Amino acid sequence: MTAIPMEYYLILSAFLFSVGVAGVLIRKNAIVVFMCIELMLNSANLTFVTFSSYLGNSIGQIFVFFVMTVAAAEAAVGLAIIIAVFRNKKTVNIDEINIFKW
Amino acid sequence: MINLIYLTVLFPFAGFLINGLVGSKIKNEKIVGMIGSSAVGISFLIVLGALIQTLRLPVENRSNTVELFTWLNTGGLNIKFSYLVDQLSLTMSLIVTGVGFLIHIYSIGYMRGDEGFWRFFAYMNLFIFAMMNLILGDNFVVLFLGWEGVGLCSYLLIGFWYDRKFENGTTAQAAKKAFVVNRIGDFGFLLGMFLIYMTFDSLNFKEVFARAAVSPVSESTFCLIALFLFIGATGKSAQIPLFVWLPDAMAGPTPVSALIHAATMVTAGVYMVSRASIIFALAPAVMTIIAVTGLLTAVMAATVGLVQNDIKKVLAYSTISQLGYMFLAAGVGAFSASIFHLMTHAFFKALLFLGAGSVIHGMHEEQDIRKYGGLRKYLPKTYLTFLIAALAISGVPGLSGFFSKDEILWNVFANGGFVFWLIGVLTAMLTAFYMFRLVSLTFYGKERFPADDRHRPHESSYWMTLPLMVLAFFSVFGGYLGLPKILGGEHGNLLENWLEPIYMPAMNKLEVYGTHTRVEEILLMAASAAAALSAIYFALHIYTRKPDIAVKVSSRFKVLYNILLNKYFVDEIYEAAIVNPVQKGSERFLWKFFDMKIIDGAVNGIAALIDKLSGVIKKVQTGLTQSYALIMMAGIALVLLWLILSI
Repeated sequence: MTAIPMEYYLILSAFLFSVGVAGVLIRKNAIVVFMCIELMLNSANLTFVTFSSYLGNSIGQIFVFFVMTVAAAEAAVGLAIIIAVFRNKKTVNIDEINIFKW
Repeated sequence: MINLIYLTVLFPFAGFLINGLVGSKIKNEKIVGMIGSSAVGISFLIVLGALIQTLRLPVENRSNTVELFTWLNTGGLNIKFSYLVDQLSLTMSLIVTGVGFLIHIYSIGYMRGDEGFWRFFAYMNLFIFAMMNLILGDNFVVLFLGWEGVGLCSYLLIGFWYDRKFENGTTAQAAKKAFVVNRIGDFGFLLGMFLIYMTFDSLNFKEVFARAAVSPVSESTFCLIALFLFIGATGKSAQIPLFVWLPDAMAGPTPVSALIHAATMVTAGVYMVSRASIIFALAPAVMTIIAVTGLLTAVMAATVGLVQNDIKKVLAYSTISQLGYMFLAAGVGAFSASIFHLMTHAFFKALLFLGAGSVIHGMHEEQDIRKYGGLRKYLPKTYLTFLIAALAISGVPGLSGFFSKDEILWNVFANGGFVFWLIGVLTAMLTAFYMFRLVSLTFYGKERFPADDRHRPHESSYWMTLPLMVLAFFSVFGGYLGLPKILGGEHGNLLENWLEPIYMPAMNKLEVYGTHTRVEEILLMAASAAAALSAIYFALHIYTRKPDIAVKVSSRFKVLYNILLNKYFVDEIYEAAIVNPVQKGSERFLWKFFDMKIIDGAVNGIAALIDKLSGVIKKVQTGLTQSYALIMMAGIALVLLWLILSI
């Protein structure tokens, strides 16, 4: 059986990343936006792992562990912020959270 | 002791620091007062030691320079901070520290209970420090340092009671006036210094004077330098046209008037003219100006003094008048006579002011002589010493004022001419008259104050009367240092012999000292003595026995009386001619137009411009996270595109 070519992984990763970006830019619910950010992070992870496997170099996999750790921490902090905002504004619609302006 | 001369400057400075920094913490006034007084007293002893050491040296070695450190060294200008210890500076130092010490002691009694007691002594010590720098400096820059320093102390001490009223304003206004008027004079002095540096390439006394004596510089340059220096002197020494600050300086405490505005600081101009005698000797036109200015000032101030009713005002005008005498002497080339009069004047005028302070103290801060009268029996010590001083300043034979005034008058006669002499004698008469008007109204006649216990005058404490007695001693015997030739023989004038080397170069250029015979001298002396005595007699007669004569005369010559009472309206004229235009110009043009329209306009205009621009740009900040994210993404995409295309 022939191995799946590297391009397939990369295209999948790029697609996932684009979905994440589109979500961040378009969706109005803060939690969805937050999930889209996770999607972008994981697409990056996929790229790391792909290159690691094809190049026979383990550094990429080590990086993924770091990214996952950071993503976990970020999820904790980010969700806490969203809850705090919700308690104040009674909404998680980011169009209504615009107090940081002139 | 000569090498230790810097200590005479450091001790008062140390006193200033101690009293100024921790004086308010010291609860016992006596300690504060003793610190201040002993600092000056020690200085006096050191000066005395230096004097004795100098006297032992041969005449040609009596001028010593004590170098301390290099102060300024920039390119061609090299100013050393060093002191010149010679006959003139020693004489002046003795007067300043000696009289200063007595006045410090007096102040312990006079300022008792004042909440600013420590501040007063700190300022007084600072003044002595500045004055000693002025006198001892061996170049114009150190002299100028002292010159400005005494001006500052004068300002601080005139406004010492800054919360009190004074005449139509406040003491702070009087202090400001003194400072501003002095600044005008100082400006002239600075110009003179610049010109000296340009011409002689140095500011050191010895170098400048040595070069001046042999330089081929034109007379007009010398005249210009001398004129500028003299303008400085008119400011500090209260001569026409800059005398207006001195009467107002009486707003300060009386010991200040005695020390600064009578005995020492105001003589700085005389000292400076005396120090730079060679420059003045080479500018004969300016010498004439000095003599005329001195004479006019003497007459003007004496006539004003005739009608003043404030005891300190009379003495203030008397000071201006006597300073005029000193300049008259300097103007006719009799520099040592001017220093002689400076010395005797320091004694008796300090005594007069301190006596006046004692009277004011005894009369519960009343200064109007119309409300005095018959104080002789209440203030016996003050009366006796005040009388001695009044006799001395009037020129009664045998007392110090007689010798110094006589020396000036015969020098004026010999080198100035008969008219100058006559006006001088007339002024001496006026002096005797207003002094004994003051004595009569204060100490003789009916008591014109309420007779209740609260207004009962009282004699001052020993802190105050002892300095009066010491000064009285010197007012009597100080004159014997300068006996005229006819009494003391060819070398009888100790002071003149002592100061002679200082004025040698100037005297060689001036070729003054016209001949006069013994008969002439006796006649002149007799004439001035007779003038003084008759004036004293008239004053006593009018103001003690027939007070209605004075009233009649003043109502008969009402116009003249009013002119004199209002001091020739000089203040009003200055107000109208200088102060008001400057104020109006400042207000209407500098403030209302230049400051408010141009300066503020520029600042506000720039601010408004930025405000407008930012009003447009700030819209970018929407506060919406997604719009920022969008812009960021677009940016990244653009960068990536650029990177790909540039490969």
